[in-house]
Amino acid sequence: MPVEVRLPTLLRPHAGGSASVSAAGATVGEVFADLTARYPGLADQLVDESGSIHKFVNVYRNDDDVRYLDQLETKVTDGDVVSILPAVAGG
Amino acid sequence: MGFASPTLRLAEDQYRTIVGHCYDGLPDEACGLLIGPVSGSEPSGVVSEVRPCRNENASAITYRIDGRDQGAAMKAARERGHEIVGCWHSHTHTDAYPSPTDVEQAKYYPEWIYVLVSLRDDDPVLRAYRIRDDTIAECQVVLDG
Repeated sequence: MPVEVRLPTLLRPHAGGSASVSAAGATVGEVFADLTARYPGLADQLVDESGSIHKFVNVYRNDDDVRYLDQLETKVTDGDVVSILPAVAGG
Repeated sequence: MGFASPTLRLAEDQYRTIVGHCYDGLPDEACGLLIGPVSGSEPSGVVSEVRPCRNENASAITYRIDGRDQGAAMKAARERGHEIVGCWHSHTHTDAYPSPTDVEQAKYYPEWIYVLVSLRDDDPVLRAYRIRDDTIAECQVVLDG
């Protein structure tokens, strides 16, 4: 099922400069797998060494933070938008 | 438009919401997001809504805006036809000036206005900055009645 994945400015160079790409999968994790198969440079930016969503980014299914849903197992359906946004942080 | 532009214009109730949220967050740092219109990708300096957020780090020295609050702000901005144009956070015991961590993190949102609120002294101090390519430029802040 195709979903739209929106990328932040800093990640776009890893995806051929695109702000938005289409990817397939029934979960956020599957969508990421499809995405990183085509754009390997994104892999380290999305998921950390333990296989969890990288702490520097937030991932949304539509407007819902998937960390508070089922993380990478969060289901997506045709027409959903997966947005990747840098976390807002500082000290 | 110059690097330090625009002037940040806050209504008095927006100012009170920001500063009140900072005090409410003590002893931890507090944080929130600013929504407003943009011209191109640049904030105009007008703020249509201030959104207090939770500090996911629950820390006196760092903050990370709760992802759920960021998502809700994103939705609210879209419904207004506006964008998230900046953020604020408190420094509980230091100046209202970006820390090295703030400068490092600003690379993710170089177009934003960064508001710092110092609670170190008896009276709060609110200042605003642009941070781009590791360079800090202060913005004028005007309180509108």
